[in-house]
Amino acid sequence: MKLSAAARADTPRHLLAFQRTLKDALIRPLAPGDRTQKKWTDGRPMAEFAAEFIKPNDRLTALERLQIYNRMYWFRLLDCFYDDNPGLRAALGPRKFTRLAEAFLTKYPSSSFTLRNLCSRLERFIREEPHRTAPRTALALDIARFEWAQTVAFDEPARPVVTAEEISATPPSRLRLGVQPYVTLLAVDHAVDDYVIAVKKRDALRAEASNATTSAHHAERAKRVSPPRRERIYVAVHRVDSRLYYKRLDAPAFKILVALRDGCPLTRAIAAGGRGLKPDRAREWFATWMQLGWFCRRK
Amino acid sequence: MPANAFNGHTDYGIGIGLRVPHYRHILERKPVVDWFEIISENFMVGGGRPLEVLDQILEQYRVVQHGVSMYFGSADKPDREHLKKLKALVKRTKTPWLSDHLCWGSVDGTYTHDLLPMPYTFAAAKRTAEKIKMVRDFVEVPICVENVSSYAEFHASEMTEWEFLTEVVELADCGILLDVNNIYVSSKNHDFNPYDYVNGVPHHRVGQMHIAGHTKFEKYILDTHDHPVLDPVWKLYDHATKLCGVTATLLEWDDKIPSFDEVHDEALKANEFIDGAKAAVKKKSARATAPAVAS
Repeated sequence: MKLSAAARADTPRHLLAFQRTLKDALIRPLAPGDRTQKKWTDGRPMAEFAAEFIKPNDRLTALERLQIYNRMYWFRLLDCFYDDNPGLRAALGPRKFTRLAEAFLTKYPSSSFTLRNLCSRLERFIREEPHRTAPRTALALDIARFEWAQTVAFDEPARPVVTAEEISATPPSRLRLGVQPYVTLLAVDHAVDDYVIAVKKRDALRAEASNATTSAHHAERAKRVSPPRRERIYVAVHRVDSRLYYKRLDAPAFKILVALRDGCPLTRAIAAGGRGLKPDRAREWFATWMQLGWFCRRK
Repeated sequence: MPANAFNGHTDYGIGIGLRVPHYRHILERKPVVDWFEIISENFMVGGGRPLEVLDQILEQYRVVQHGVSMYFGSADKPDREHLKKLKALVKRTKTPWLSDHLCWGSVDGTYTHDLLPMPYTFAAAKRTAEKIKMVRDFVEVPICVENVSSYAEFHASEMTEWEFLTEVVELADCGILLDVNNIYVSSKNHDFNPYDYVNGVPHHRVGQMHIAGHTKFEKYILDTHDHPVLDPVWKLYDHATKLCGVTATLLEWDDKIPSFDEVHDEALKANEFIDGAKAAVKKKSARATAPAVAS
């Protein structure tokens, strides 16, 4: 069989072209019914394209063999997307969520060796294409940021903690503290922490009861978690002893932490908390944050 | 070949994959296990629970790293950040050897997170071997490449899969992680004799073996790792151990994971075949040392 230039892999250049073309075919969105699309990008029947590269056997055509990989790609990535975003899924509903996932993964396929980073650009995508989450775009954004913060809290590094002695050795006007890389400080317009906890509890209960459930769809409707109401909250997503925690913050505390994270010296950071801030209150917060190990040396 | 340059001259016995549902059992009950295989990528992180668990495991057990995303067969160069993280983990685990797959899966920085079959060409073998050498020189531990299960074959191929594997490992001078389940799965999907495959690879390069379960569909077999090992795979494993010698063996069970004890008991069934291989090796060496008898 005479091979087309695209289907050859007998030189490094051809191998690269071969892999580029097949990668494009494998990551192409599935058609309805989870089938490989009928036409290739140049308008040819997909069966013809597949046959150019892949051998058939007596049970499977070239297209069917390609479809196995096309499906496995999408099922794997969608599974990962579902696992990482239970709150977003509950807020948008399964159909809208699936459409969002497909659009996101089409625009931003994985660019990391690990699936851990799959949703790192989800917030950006929701901002770029707000119609996909409308009319709940603001909520979707808040939840996406909150759920990504959990990935960060789970396994970002912990840098050496700053000791009380180190702090007292530097004048507050020059003291710059770092905030641990695993701590994400969020100002959001919905109580996403309570909402995601409620969704996870519901999902855990549903999993427990799955053997007794006759209709998963019915169960989903029956145990719907109400979307969170609009309210400004400040929350730190972090970990203690390798366990994930959400800590609500007062607005001045949040502003102080953000200022420290962004490199302000201690005196200026405290000033960011506002004029009415009582020194005792600030001392209390700092004692807690020190206990939690949130402060580290800046790089 | 119980210990060779490709597994760091170790004799590790039978291991199982370290999986999240078993963490608590392992850390609390500390069962006797020869070694654990970890998926490198799950621990190439900055901190948190994954590394905390790993450090506790390392206090008690021997660990071998197995990767799923180095993509030796991808045409582009290895990612330097990936290599740095991998090397840091190698230092942490002190893995005597490192394995990853003979496949491709990324191109131009886009990752498919799949183990895609290679076109079996000489050019691809050469490129793959170069990449294996680059990675080995960077991480400074022996490397074993694993044959993957596949569902497609390419017109571009110039040789059989086992000839391609041989070509790659000879060019790279590296080891083989012989996955007998993958051989069986591919043999059914591509209509070849799995024994030809096992007979055809350089046995002295086999540093590790994998066994696993698979799922039969109407038109093909899928490598699902969600079952006990099936009889034809045990038979192939028996054959492979007789040819390669007693080799570090690992049971892969990655989906519908049962209790730790069930997984471990399934893995230990390999002992039955290992005893057979030991007897075969003894017999062979006795024959070699026996005085010649005139016929």
